Amino acid sequence: MYVAVKGGERAIANAHRLLDHERRGDRAVPELSPTQIDEQLALAVDRVMSEGSLYDRGLAALAIKQARGDLIEAIFLVRAYRTTLPRFGYSNPVDTGRMAIRRRISATYKDLPGGQVLGPTFDYTHRLIDFALAAEREVAEPLTAPVGPDTETPRVTDMIANDDLIERNLKTDETKPVGDLTRDPLAFPADRDLRLQNLARGDEGFLLALGYSTQRGYGRNHPFVGEIRMGEVEIELEIPELGLTASLGAVTLTECQMVNQFKGSLTEPARFTRGYGLSFGHCERRAMSMALVDRALRAKEFGEERKGPAQDEEFVLSHSDNVQSTGFVEHLKLPHYVDFQAELALLRQMRSEFEARQASSHPEAAE
Amino acid sequence: MSATAENYRGYNFAYLDEQTKRMIRRAILKAIAIPGYQVPFASREMPMPYGWGTGGVQVTAAILGPDDILKVIDQGADDTTNAVSIRQFFEKTAGVQTTTETGKATIIQTRHRIPEATLQDHQVLVYQVPIPEPLRFLEPRETETRTMHALAEYGLMHVKLYEDIAQHGHIAKTYDYPVLVAERYVMAPSPIPKFDNPKMHQSGALQLFGAGREKRIYAIPPHTEVVSLDFEDHPFEPTKFTEPCALCGALDSYLDEVITDDKGGRMFVCSDTHHCESRRAEGHVGALGTPITPVTEAAE
Amino acid sequence: MNDPLLVVEGLAKSYGGRMGCADVSFTLEPGEVLAIVGESGSGKTTLLNLISGQLPPDQGRVAYRMRDGALRNILDLTEAERRFLARTDWGFVHQDARNGLRMGVSAGGNIGERLMGIGDRHYGKIRDVALNWLDRVEIDPARIDDKPGQFSGGMRQRLQIARNLVTNPRLVFMDEPTGGLDVSVQARLLDLIRGLVAELGLAVVLVTHDLAVARLLSHRILVMKGGYVIEAGLTDRVLDDPQEAYTQLLVSSVLAA
Repeated sequence: MYVAVKGGERAIANAHRLLDHERRGDRAVPELSPTQIDEQLALAVDRVMSEGSLYDRGLAALAIKQARGDLIEAIFLVRAYRTTLPRFGYSNPVDTGRMAIRRRISATYKDLPGGQVLGPTFDYTHRLIDFALAAEREVAEPLTAPVGPDTETPRVTDMIANDDLIERNLKTDETKPVGDLTRDPLAFPADRDLRLQNLARGDEGFLLALGYSTQRGYGRNHPFVGEIRMGEVEIELEIPELGLTASLGAVTLTECQMVNQFKGSLTEPARFTRGYGLSFGHCERRAMSMALVDRALRAKEFGEERKGPAQDEEFVLSHSDNVQSTGFVEHLKLPHYVDFQAELALLRQMRSEFEARQASSHPEAAE
Repeated sequence: MSATAENYRGYNFAYLDEQTKRMIRRAILKAIAIPGYQVPFASREMPMPYGWGTGGVQVTAAILGPDDILKVIDQGADDTTNAVSIRQFFEKTAGVQTTTETGKATIIQTRHRIPEATLQDHQVLVYQVPIPEPLRFLEPRETETRTMHALAEYGLMHVKLYEDIAQHGHIAKTYDYPVLVAERYVMAPSPIPKFDNPKMHQSGALQLFGAGREKRIYAIPPHTEVVSLDFEDHPFEPTKFTEPCALCGALDSYLDEVITDDKGGRMFVCSDTHHCESRRAEGHVGALGTPITPVTEAAE
Repeated sequence: MNDPLLVVEGLAKSYGGRMGCADVSFTLEPGEVLAIVGESGSGKTTLLNLISGQLPPDQGRVAYRMRDGALRNILDLTEAERRFLARTDWGFVHQDARNGLRMGVSAGGNIGERLMGIGDRHYGKIRDVALNWLDRVEIDPARIDDKPGQFSGGMRQRLQIARNLVTNPRLVFMDEPTGGLDVSVQARLLDLIRGLVAELGLAVVLVTHDLAVARLLSHRILVMKGGYVIEAGLTDRVLDDPQEAYTQLLVSSVLAA
């Protein structure tokens, strides 16, 4: 006699209990705290905040702990939480020109006002495993330099723009509100505001691969890193009822401004073009990749031939979101018995027809 | 309110906030007004992964009221893991009554099946949809497929069916078999087996389709014409089974194949578990089944 | 004389500061083959895209005589009407067959697509029509289930023609239909096109840089330079007795070749 499988509910509950056990691991090993993750795995926290589209270090750290270090799972947790949050208003655009700089480099000028500031970077570290780190070794205090109150760090692209050698940033059309892809479904063709929003929360690996592909000829756009800057900017909210602008605090941002191949026409003098990348926290790789892809997606605007995947708006924007991608890829493990059975039935029918045809064309073989 | 529902007090009834529900209801109303047309909607991130029923869950959440009785099935069964998970979600966040009995439910959320029992006017069937665009694998571009729908340019769909017959001697589509709704829009019925396609035609129940990741909602209003695409000389044929259900002896239901050993042993049983159980409760017995006494709810 | 099939008046198009074409007017009679010749960049492809409704002009109009006899500006047609026209009463033969064929679909499916697009729903009949057309364009009907990728360049081009002609269009646009093919393959294709055009009474607007192709296929010629039509007339007259210095250069260069 056959008894159908039952007890899905208990199986699920038990699986979740086991998962919780595995997450904790050996009870003899001290448990990680979200604060430790925030302090010592800060770049993982930055990535989760960026792709989770929510600036909350503590929450991102907790999500990483809950997700056992699976960052896409952590991003998913943050997103699902974010979507339930009420929206009180929209801040003023942040001014990265007034950033409290912790790192600032330009690949286009040797020296410039505000100087090159290396800051905390893996660049020029030799990638040698530091075995001493396995134990808790001493860490030297960082050196500091005095920063004068007058030290200004103007954006490199603004300086190029003063000479009218780079395209101007388009004036915002005040009558047309900035799109919001968390509130409205994405429609094609998408304007740059929506494209940048999409890329800002896009999967780092996907952006990196696409950005890389433009460098290898799949939509080449001759990039120079005009500037990468990282530091804190203030978030300000206007409260019209009170007639004042309130500071809500500061967030860490990484901004990358690419200076790309120039364009001109009969009526317009030639100017460099721009690609833009912005990220929460210190996420240089994703800000740079985003800037490359942003520029690639502007191919149509500049009348460039579109032949690389990075230039294909529908392709890029439809596949950049790792919460969507992982859900759909992983859904394949859900039961598909019904569809598989339908395929089996047809396959068996076709096989028996095939065998009947074979038998009738070779009657002797049927003996 | 049940004890578990207490833990979710911070969330609104059925999880989504009322503003979002209104937005989804507007999309549903538009979808009902234009049968088979895919209405874009601002799909939200849900606490379950995209591709796991977020579209269906959002539609259900938007139409669910405290007096509704909810049934959730996956592959026709109430006890498959994802069906259990979604049912628990609504038990927790809405505290509504749930059931496994098809006739008792006012809302049935489904993945991949339509129940065997004929649905009635007071019922709503909510489908979970992975890829809402029936033309997607013929034309990947959204801008182009929207134009094709707008102009009812569906020749390409038949090219696909033509290719199948030329290659395989049959239309090789066995699930998610495209249909023409109310003589206007070609629609993907979600990956239900083509066996279920005739049940969509002139159904008394309202049929709603939610695709969360792809951000589309569409609908078949009650008593609407739904025709499976075919050729005059290669007409649509639902999958037929040559043997009855091993447990209840049903001859006209969709069957799951169960492998019983590694020597080719297999049996076929109803995919609609409630259908099978109620038939057995009525005294029907299949070749491998045993008579059972009627039970009201599955003992859990 | 018949009523004209196509009336083009004062067409102009520029791209930003660059001119595509300007001040182009002509009429096309049913069954007439008109060649538009010129060097690359002369505006002939722009003109073809304008009159086939694929590019909106800055000025001018393109009127087409519908099957009901009414002359209608194609820009006033709805997108639905224009697309329907393009897949029933018109054909478009691209230089690169890959742009005109569905490379993932069999030869039979390629030919049958237009029929299915206008509502044919009988597999057997569609297949019979496809077999017949393969034969007419000199492709072995046994290859009906092969995909165009398995075909040679010349076969692909013939398949593209069959795919266009299956709905009995009255007007076919051709963009360098023999471009990129070997000379012997070209000759066979030209023969086939000439035969079909005569047999079916097709009107054709043919863009080519190859005056030999124009001479073989067309009744009349427009010579384009810098976006303007600089000379027009009967093909034999223009090629044997060119009036404009530029046309004389074109003709002499083909003679030298």
